[in-house]
Amino acid sequence: MSKKKNIASFFKALPNNIFSGFVVSLIALPLGLGLAMASEAPPIAGIIAAVVGGVVVSILGGSHVTIAGPGNGLVGVLLVAITTLGLESAYATIICSGILLAILGFLRLGKLADFFPSSAIQGMLAAIGLIILGKQFHIMLAHKISRENTIDYLLEIPYTIKDAVLYDNEGLIYAASAGVLSLIIMVFYPKIRNKYLQLIPAPMWIVLLSIGFSYYFELIAHSSSPISKIYMISGVPEFKDIIAQLPTVYFGKVGELPFWSSVLALTLIASIESLLSIKAVDKLDPEKRRSNVNRDLKALGLATVGSGFLGGLNVVTVIARSSVNVNNNGSNRSSNFFHAVFLVIFIVLFSSQLTRIPLPALMAILVFTGYKLASPDSIKHIFSVGKEQLIIFFVTLIVTLKIGLITGILSGVLVTFLIHIIINKSLSLFARNVLKPNILMFQEEENGIYYLSVKHFCSFLNFYRLKEKLNAIPEDQDVIIDFSLCEFVDHTVMENLHNYSDLFAKRGGHFEIVGLDMHDTDSEHPFALRRLLPVPNIIKNSLTRRQTNIEDIANNYNLSYRSEKQKNTLFLNNFHFFRTKSIHHTYNQLVTKNDVLTIFDIEFSEGEFIAKEVVRTTMLHITLEKQIPEFTLDREGFLEKFYAFAGFKDIPIQDHSDFSKRFYLLGEDEIAITKLFNEELIHFFESNPYYHIESNGKGLLVFSKERHASIKEIKALFDFGKRLKQVIT
Amino acid sequence: MSLQPFKTIGIGVTFSPNLKANVYEASRLSLLFQSKLILIHVGEDSSEKEAKFKSILEPFIKKGLLFEIVFKSGNPVDVILSISEEKQINLIILGALKRENFLKYYVGSIARKITRQSKCSVLLLIKPSIDRIPCQHIVVNGLKDPKTKQTIASAFYVAHKLKPDKLTIVEEIRQTEVAIKVDDDKSLRMVNIVKERIKLREETRIKTIIEDIPKEHTENIIIKSQPIFGQQGYSIGHYAQIVRADLLIMNAPTKMTFWDRLFPHDIEHILTELPTDVLIIQ
Repeated sequence: MSKKKNIASFFKALPNNIFSGFVVSLIALPLGLGLAMASEAPPIAGIIAAVVGGVVVSILGGSHVTIAGPGNGLVGVLLVAITTLGLESAYATIICSGILLAILGFLRLGKLADFFPSSAIQGMLAAIGLIILGKQFHIMLAHKISRENTIDYLLEIPYTIKDAVLYDNEGLIYAASAGVLSLIIMVFYPKIRNKYLQLIPAPMWIVLLSIGFSYYFELIAHSSSPISKIYMISGVPEFKDIIAQLPTVYFGKVGELPFWSSVLALTLIASIESLLSIKAVDKLDPEKRRSNVNRDLKALGLATVGSGFLGGLNVVTVIARSSVNVNNNGSNRSSNFFHAVFLVIFIVLFSSQLTRIPLPALMAILVFTGYKLASPDSIKHIFSVGKEQLIIFFVTLIVTLKIGLITGILSGVLVTFLIHIIINKSLSLFARNVLKPNILMFQEEENGIYYLSVKHFCSFLNFYRLKEKLNAIPEDQDVIIDFSLCEFVDHTVMENLHNYSDLFAKRGGHFEIVGLDMHDTDSEHPFALRRLLPVPNIIKNSLTRRQTNIEDIANNYNLSYRSEKQKNTLFLNNFHFFRTKSIHHTYNQLVTKNDVLTIFDIEFSEGEFIAKEVVRTTMLHITLEKQIPEFTLDREGFLEKFYAFAGFKDIPIQDHSDFSKRFYLLGEDEIAITKLFNEELIHFFESNPYYHIESNGKGLLVFSKERHASIKEIKALFDFGKRLKQVIT
Repeated sequence: MSLQPFKTIGIGVTFSPNLKANVYEASRLSLLFQSKLILIHVGEDSSEKEAKFKSILEPFIKKGLLFEIVFKSGNPVDVILSISEEKQINLIILGALKRENFLKYYVGSIARKITRQSKCSVLLLIKPSIDRIPCQHIVVNGLKDPKTKQTIASAFYVAHKLKPDKLTIVEEIRQTEVAIKVDDDKSLRMVNIVKERIKLREETRIKTIIEDIPKEHTENIIIKSQPIFGQQGYSIGHYAQIVRADLLIMNAPTKMTFWDRLFPHDIEHILTELPTDVLIIQ
């Protein structure tokens, strides 16, 4: 019975997943080409990895909304493997690392990534970012150079910029301007909130625009492309050639040390990148499912082996593409499959057009990716956690750049451990207790709350024990973690627990950490403790003009006003709109005296990594006294028609064809909604300005644009809310 | 196996700062259980020493304490074990050591050897005190083990004398009993169903044990049972610490091998970190 139901819901969600797979393939195509070229592999290698990954992982994998393909973390390692061992041997290392990855999955070692301190991982990722950025920046400005190591590449950046300004070769000028233009698109794209523009991801705009330019020159200007030939993508083979010319894989260097250090590095980075991505994507999953990490590792390993034999790169779970998938309503693994299918279609149909893409444009995408990995924001974040985290971060970063990835991450682990010893002034605390069990978990008889107590210390060294217990708790339950017997808790643990608490909050559970109050006083525990406490706004007189105006409104309309950031956004969690978004905080709150109407500015983000878009807007929340059905009401438009095509259904209201034509009404309980939308309410909506309105049963969320509202708009919103409240109750 | 009342209680004494407190605790218990107290001193006999011990015992002698002081030289472990056999001691009391600077207690090497080899029950005291501190909460292990039945019976016997408010029986359930691993939602659901089933099974097991215990031992006391999924021997110690139990009652360890000490399990976890006073029932 339930199986039948599953199949039915699978087919119901299929149109959505096909659409979402299509959008993902738009971003996967340029990224795949770019990542492969950054690793000095043939461009098609990235596409092969994405296709094999999409097919294998969607069939065998254990996660739900992730997308598999070539990963940016691996660029650095692949580059080393290909340049030192040669391409044919590099394929052999890819295959071996795929086998190792699968073995990790079979041995249930998905927890391996937990043993790395989070600041060290951050440092390593930043180093990878710099490796990508350093090398590709020069190509983006049409200034191909080759240097010994990454630091030289980075130091050379100012000279390249200087040279680029002074180019007199027309071919180079065009090439460089294509690069710069692409970078501008990547940077400003998230800032433009236009529905139609956002339908196509930024990397695809770059591809479309550059192909368009190339055709413009060929068909209209009747001249060959002005961009210098060496800065065009070379060698995208036709589909039949890819099948016909399988690369030879050379296993002759299996006995050598560099071979195995490459294999190890590939496995390490592939597993870390995949595990981190799966964890992050699980938080975005609107259906709140839990991924089977070990099964995913097995599938990724197998996909990597296949990809290696077909001439592709490593397959990992990728965060940016996965988040795009979630944002486009991908709901199961079939979207991953369709992303692969669309990639195949692109290659079959357009492989010759792809050679019209200038290399600098493609590399601009990678420069942006690299920048995002090593962005100053992440350094700022780490600094805010604690100075010692910055030491860990920079040691890992510099060693990774200077020597290599494995040495880098190991030095990060070592430094973290040393710092922990110094902070506690005790080695014995760790030496004596590291092998001991230190977690107690039981379910309290009276109320069913899961209680966990942690003893001795809890750091990256033994976090896996705590994690094992936490994973055995359904996320809709109540959990209390007690650290009062624990002498030391490190940043890695605090950060991970913070993630758990987010996850529990999203899935209707409750997650509380107790017993850390003492730590602050008896010894200075800097780790993240500070970070979790909302910092109160000390300087009172720093209100902006808008804020003072809002304050005026508050005084005039007898409302209470709070300008500080509010971290408590639980009341928003049940709204459909926020299912795939993560809320940062609300601020500038205006509340009526009886707490019914609340107007607030809110900051939330959509997507992750390079697809991440931070949105700030103003919303109105109405608390209702009685239960109403859940629904979403918005203006009818092109996009909605499009979504309707993809499987959503608009609920028609009888005898009000005008309303049905102008508004788009969505919800599960059709009968209750039709009942709610009576004459009066419909008249109210028809005669008032458009707002996006959502009900979660207990409250209403009203907002219009995805930007801050002006003072006038706030007033209008407030008035609308007040009247809506009256009509609906 | 039937319940063994504590007819004779033994305590090893040396002239340490804790001497008075240790003797006071032992004497109080002897009076409570109406048993004879035997002070064992490893060393030469001398009237001076005997006078000192007697002066400490003075207030209890007045209350009618039966006692005996034994002097014998030799290896402390051998002496205490041989005397306890000779005098048919039912319970040996040993003091624990405190780790420097920390509020952590552990069992010293001599006491540990005695605990492992002793043929009678052992009580390990972490904070002997001159004044009586009332016992409020006793935690007992409810492992699935042939010894458990007697341990629980003894626990109720002790509880009957000490009159705590509450007695909790902790059933530690090995992770391996839950054969399924948590991977995703489906396996998590399965695991929780299996866990519920095991919990029910364990609770009925404990209930049948309690039913066999004389009624007068089980009245006037709140009996709770708490199943815990976790490492055996470890979880109960941690639990006793969390609920601030005053006494933890455990099964005697089974024969130890070299490997057991290298990879500590069961009682060894508790010996390295005493959560509270521990009574090991033989």
